[in-house]
Amino acid sequence: MNFDFSDEQKQMRDAARKFLTEKCPPKAVREVLDGKAPYDKELWKGLAEMGFLGVAIPEQFGGAGAGHLELCVIAEEMGRANAPVPFSSTVYLAAEALLLAGSDAQKQKWLPKIASGEAIGTLALFEGKGNPSPEAIKLQASGDTLNGVKRPVPDAAIAHFAVVAARTGSTGRDSDISLFLVDLKAGGVEAKPLTNIDPTRGQAELTFTKARAEPLGAAGEGWSILTQVLDRAAVLLAFEQVGGSDRALEMGRDYALDRIAFGRPIGSFQAVKHMLADMYVSATLARSNCYYGAWALSTNASELPEAAAAARISATQAFQHCSKNNIQVHGGMGFTWEFDCHMYYRRANASALTLGSLSYWEDQLIDRMRKKNAA
Amino acid sequence: MNFDDTPQEAEFRATARKWIDANAPKQYEAELSKSSLGRIRLEKEDIVDVGKAWQKKKAEGGWACLHWPKEYGGRGASPIEKVIWQQEEGVYGKLTQPFQIGEGMCGPTVMAFGSEAHKRYYLPKLASGEHIWCQLFSEPAGGSDVAGLRTRAEKQGDNWIVNGQKIWTSGAHYSDYGLLITRTDPNVPKHKGLTMFFLDMKSKGVEVRPIKQANGMQEFNEVYFTDVVIPDSQRLGAVGDGWNVSLTTLMNERMSIGSRLATGFPEMLEFCSNLMTDDGLAIDDPATRSKLANWAVKASGLKYTSYRAISSLSKGERPGPENSIGKLVSGSMLQDIATYAMDLQGAAGALTGADEEMARGQFQQMLLSSPSMRIAGGTDEILRNIIAERVLGLPGDIRVDKDVPFNKIPTKGR
Repeated sequence: MNFDFSDEQKQMRDAARKFLTEKCPPKAVREVLDGKAPYDKELWKGLAEMGFLGVAIPEQFGGAGAGHLELCVIAEEMGRANAPVPFSSTVYLAAEALLLAGSDAQKQKWLPKIASGEAIGTLALFEGKGNPSPEAIKLQASGDTLNGVKRPVPDAAIAHFAVVAARTGSTGRDSDISLFLVDLKAGGVEAKPLTNIDPTRGQAELTFTKARAEPLGAAGEGWSILTQVLDRAAVLLAFEQVGGSDRALEMGRDYALDRIAFGRPIGSFQAVKHMLADMYVSATLARSNCYYGAWALSTNASELPEAAAAARISATQAFQHCSKNNIQVHGGMGFTWEFDCHMYYRRANASALTLGSLSYWEDQLIDRMRKKNAA
Repeated sequence: MNFDDTPQEAEFRATARKWIDANAPKQYEAELSKSSLGRIRLEKEDIVDVGKAWQKKKAEGGWACLHWPKEYGGRGASPIEKVIWQQEEGVYGKLTQPFQIGEGMCGPTVMAFGSEAHKRYYLPKLASGEHIWCQLFSEPAGGSDVAGLRTRAEKQGDNWIVNGQKIWTSGAHYSDYGLLITRTDPNVPKHKGLTMFFLDMKSKGVEVRPIKQANGMQEFNEVYFTDVVIPDSQRLGAVGDGWNVSLTTLMNERMSIGSRLATGFPEMLEFCSNLMTDDGLAIDDPATRSKLANWAVKASGLKYTSYRAISSLSKGERPGPENSIGKLVSGSMLQDIATYAMDLQGAAGALTGADEEMARGQFQQMLLSSPSMRIAGGTDEILRNIIAERVLGLPGDIRVDKDVPFNKIPTKGR
């Protein structure tokens, strides 16, 4: 059994950590947090130069042609650094959708630009409150134009193109949904930034008015492609969440060792130790579930739907748990703007919702387990 | 990343599988498969007798204690081979229950601290199941605080005279030998006055009394020592070095990688998939689904955590500290699952008869047994301390009794 990343993949993780430690310190995250920039452009450029943006994109489309295990280790480091760049929207959602369903011409047009950092992409799925479902998609496609509103759409205010889920039928079946590719700079689309709990990951509203769109994948296949894209993104985002969990745990641990109260380090009190031990337990469970998700993702295994849901749930819980208790270990200082704890708390709770909420994925997991048992 | 055996591992697995197929006591397979939780019982035979026969057969075939050196009754196998063996042994592994403390704790301690003659005599008999060993550590005054133990051993010529009481001794009533930690010097701080021995459980002055547990069963014992004579030759380690010796024993207790920790989840999933409530199948209820999903990811998290450890072993590396989470997670999971399974049954959830239509009383038994899972082999609180101190590097608790002579430590509160 070799249920681990290879030495080369671990080296890539080390390289990513070294790069991000240098180029993405908390100070850089704060530039975006404080609203001085919509995202960290320099970092984005650097990620492209390192080959991280196109790590899972085949060489013929301008990527490094490595694979999804390599992308997982980079995702973990992006989460650990709380990187304020549109990595998840562009790489986990837009690029994955193109890789799964794009025509050769579409891949040729966008994937090289993703790899080089020239194009930011996103997935426009939600239309107000609620979780992913075909019924909730109302945005109408008529021929090659789209009309309607999508919100929230991650990183949409800075994106160059979007994969858009639209209604192309009214039978009440999944096949009413089709995907489209929209060049957001070609007119007919208005982007309005929305405020959200994690300003380091922007959200926006997109209004489509007779916006020109080209089909992505076959008509009526939209929901099926979307489900696969969300599963793949769930695994990748789960690695970010695990990276964030580990960092929050480390911050709490370091503070508990350093902070003296009642004449001793607070880390010597069992109330604090046990809180940190429990954080370690959730982070460990999440990591192990994520490894299984990585295996399923990289081998396109039939277990992917179940593995992705388990990774998503476990990592969401771990990051929420670790970031919340990191503040608790820090006490009052953890609640200041000055300390970095809240940046992880914000990211944890925003990540928990971005692909559909925890309860949605819990529901999915049980459905998928039942399907497997019935088969 | 893959789940495949190396060619060498695959060959070992095939050999093990072939041997098990030819030798396992298949007449018990169905019964053993059913008894997944709690105490294992066989309808017509004593589990210890059946276990002894299986252990003996394994020893003759070279499959007992297989990570031990050959000269002591083992096979000299690598850690990964031991894991593969456990996977292949499957349900028959449940028959090894009476020997696990001997193999996992007493044997390794004798191996580390016994004389060569002792090792050559006792270890092969332990491996073959001829002798069953128990571990005599916990006391009424020293559970989590093992070093607070009070059983006295006093030197008299070439012998030691032992007086005191042990508790929570699994299998003492059928054990032939015991690993015993005693206090030999009460005038020094508590960790420094301890000495380790092994003794014949049939020695004069040893009295074993079963403990009736909260769940109504009797799996543990109290063991009383009244002027029990132990020859000095049966001392393990130096006089006063018993604490260090015990750390070897306890370290082995926690090295249970690839072991089968029950979580209750597979049983619960099946139960909820079939239970019809007033509002339809239990598994269609959103609140139940949410709980199931939470338990599902804990169960899979534990499974893949152990796969990560097995992968380390396969590469010849030492597994990381991840496996320390196993019992901490599974213990309270059993308790939570049992509670909720009964909740779903309404008032009838309290009924325990094996003929009850729903789940044959298995969750009620799980409920009553599960508190012990959170205590035995390290309480949840001790396990959290271990994770905090050894994995996260946090400071140890401030101990008020650490440098005080043992006989000056207060024994009662106000």
